[in-house]
This record gives sequence, structure tokens and C-alpha cells, in this order.
Amino acid sequence: MDIRRKAWTKSIWVFHVSNGSCNNCDIEILDCFTPRFDLERFGIQLIGSVRHADALLITGAMNKKSIPRMKKIYEQAAKPCVVVACGTCACSQHMFRDSYNVGEPLDKILPVDVYIPGCPPKPEAIIAGIVKLVDKVRKGK
Amino acid sequence: MVKGGYTTPEKEMKEIFYYLIFPGFLFSALVGLMAGWIDRKLTARLQWRVGPPWHQNFTDIVKLLGKEVIVPEGARLTFLFSPYLGLVSAILVAASLGRIIISPANSFGADLIVFFYLLSLPAVALIIGASSSRNPLASVGVSREVKLLLAYELPLILSIITVVIKSNGSLQIGSIIQQQMFFGSNIFSFSGALAFLVAIFCMQAKLGLGLFDVAEADQELMCGTLIEYSGLPLAIFKLTKALMLYTVPLFIIVLFLGCSLSPALLIAKYLMLLAIMILIKNTNPRLRIDQVLRFFWRIPTLAAGAAVILAMLGL
Repeated sequence: MDIRRKAWTKSIWVFHVSNGSCNNCDIEILDCFTPRFDLERFGIQLIGSVRHADALLITGAMNKKSIPRMKKIYEQAAKPCVVVACGTCACSQHMFRDSYNVGEPLDKILPVDVYIPGCPPKPEAIIAGIVKLVDKVRKGK
Repeated sequence: MVKGGYTTPEKEMKEIFYYLIFPGFLFSALVGLMAGWIDRKLTARLQWRVGPPWHQNFTDIVKLLGKEVIVPEGARLTFLFSPYLGLVSAILVAASLGRIIISPANSFGADLIVFFYLLSLPAVALIIGASSSRNPLASVGVSREVKLLLAYELPLILSIITVVIKSNGSLQIGSIIQQQMFFGSNIFSFSGALAFLVAIFCMQAKLGLGLFDVAEADQELMCGTLIEYSGLPLAIFKLTKALMLYTVPLFIIVLFLGCSLSPALLIAKYLMLLAIMILIKNTNPRLRIDQVLRFFWRIPTLAAGAAVILAMLGL
């Protein structure tokens, strides 16, 4: 396995994109960095600037207003950058599917690599999703 | 640093070795990145977390080398040029300071002043780079970085002047070390202790840690000055930061705790300073930029001025 890919899996910097979410997933994401779960021991960090991002963690049900912004954010990220759909809303738009202000589902807009279902997903579920992501990248995406 | 007016190929090879490998780039980058890991691990333990493994900072650098480099539209040449400026000046200080510690005879001219200026060049590089990135958040970060530089430079100069007075007006680090070898460390006197306290706060601000990380505020400015950097230039800035984390405490040790510089004692002193910085960082919230200015221009400046007067009185 080449060293860059291995280094990538050991130091994933996550940029958190809230796309019209109810703030529930976002709280669970922050929970992953608390002493009980502590994702920093795997080198995972939440970062502020999208230019530093290795993964976009997208929550929420694809608000029509925020979809263009989300596309722009994806274009601004330095590649290789993966997209993780976090929460049932981001995976399948959940109960907002027929809502007047909701656009297309996420996987029709961006190439999604991992889906983490749950409303909200527990921190354990998010960690399981990250493990799947790491496995996928190691096997060669 | 070559003495005499001539150079031979052998001497030049040695200079390159000093600069790139032993007290210079490779060694100090390794030490700096490990110190950065100690910082992260200790922070995690203080927050009752486990913290990252020891190779985390190296992994980060290797990963950043494999990422795409994005140059924002309309950015000037200085955007890609300035990271190297900061790195080169940090290496220069690390290499020559390391050689002086190995043997004080390697000291040259008025190297105290040279080091002082070279140590503020990484901050200048950050200012040049960030202001050419055309990002509004970066420009806020730049203005804060400039104010921070103005804030801590004055008390730092005053506390260094205290050391200079105590070593009979010598501006050469070699003779400052020798003075301390004969008469004991500068910290064991009233003026020295006062200047040392001021220097610790200035060091904290110079490294942009804790309390004074206004320019790179993670949450409010989204990494501020570094916001537009990605890939290789970002890795170089991280390396520069690691080098500074190694060099600046070493500079303070040489000035204030220089009575015995054997390797074991040197490591112990370095770890002590590092622990102090990490503790200050973890027990204090970030100050606003106006609070930083007010803080530095009142208590530390007055304290450093008092230290200068005490040193003149021979205390």
C-alpha cells in the first residue's frame, strides 16, 4: 500500500457541512470528540477551513438554498476529499422528502462515499462509518 | 559562519551538513514535531482523553504532501513564495543556535540581534502569504498577527536588554553563555527572574499558543491566516511552526538558563518550558486582540522595564 494513502487514513481532517439540518446530528458529531469517544486518537480532527479538509461530513436534508453553497464548498476542497453523508436526512432525506423547500438527494449532487444512517446516528455509528471509510480507501477507491 | 576569508569544498560540505541535517533542518524538525505531539497528547490527557499516537504530526505532514495545492484566483506570487521564507529563516536560527550550544566559540558578531530578527521572520512570512491570498478572514487574521507582533515585541526586547546588561553589554550569545557559566544562570537574580517571566509570556505569543492564538483562532476565523493554504505550502507552514516550537524555547533557555548546557540538563529545561507553555495554553481561554495589546503593553512591559533598571543597579 502506498504511503500517502496510508497517511491519509491515519490523519483525516473533517470539515463539517450543515445543509439544513436540525442540529441533532451536529451535536452527535461533536460528541465523537469528547473524552468518551475521542476520535483524535485516530488522528481525526475537526477543522475550520475547507481547504484543509480530507472529508466533508454533510448533515441535513438538502435545503434548496444551501445546495449551491454545498457544491461550491466541495469544489473548494483540496482533493483527494471524500464525502460522508451523516444522518438519515443526508442519506435519504428522511421525512422531508416531499417538503416544498427540499431539493435533490445528496447522492445525486455529489459522489457520496459512506452513508451513516440514524436519526441522529450515535457516536458509535459514526465511528463505525469512519472505519468503513478507512477500509474502503485502503482497498483502493 | 565560516571563519577566515576562504572556504574549501570540505568546509562547504560541513556547512551544508550543519544546515540541513544535524543542528539544522532534519534534527530540529524531528524534535519540533515530537514536541508538537507532546503538546497534543498532554492537552488530551488534561481533558481526560487518550490523545493521538506519537507519529501523528509526521503522518499529518506526509498526508499534506500528497494533497492538491490550490492557489486562489488572483493570488500573487508571494502566496507560494512566503512559506519558504519562514521555513528558511527558522532553519537558519535552529542550525546556528544549535552550533553555538555545542560550542560557544561558534558565536559570531552580534548574533543576538540577528537571531531576534530571524525569529520574527516566520510571522512576517505568514503575514505576507495570508495577505496575498485575497480572503477576508485571512486579512482579519493578518491584522491580528501584525498587532500581536507589535504587542509582544516591546516587552521581549526589554527582557533581552536585561540579559545584555547582565553580561556587560555583550550582544554575542557565546559570551552570554560563558558569563552564565562563570556567574550562574541569569534567572537566579531579581532582574533575571522578572525578565524570564515576561519572556515566557512573549514566547507563548510568538508561538501563537493558547491565550494568544488570536491570529489563528480555530473557530472564529477558521484558521485565520492559514485559511487558503492547502497541500505542500500548508505542510511547510506546519513544519515552520514545529521548528519554532523547538527554537524559541531553546533561545530563551540560552538567554536565561544557560549555566549548564549538557544534553540531559538541556532536555530537562526544554521539557519544563514546554510543560509551562502547555499548561498556560490549557488553563486559559483565548484573549481578544485588544485585551492582548492591553495586557502586553501594561504589566509585562512595566515588569521588563523594572527588570532593566534592576539589572543596571546590579541586582
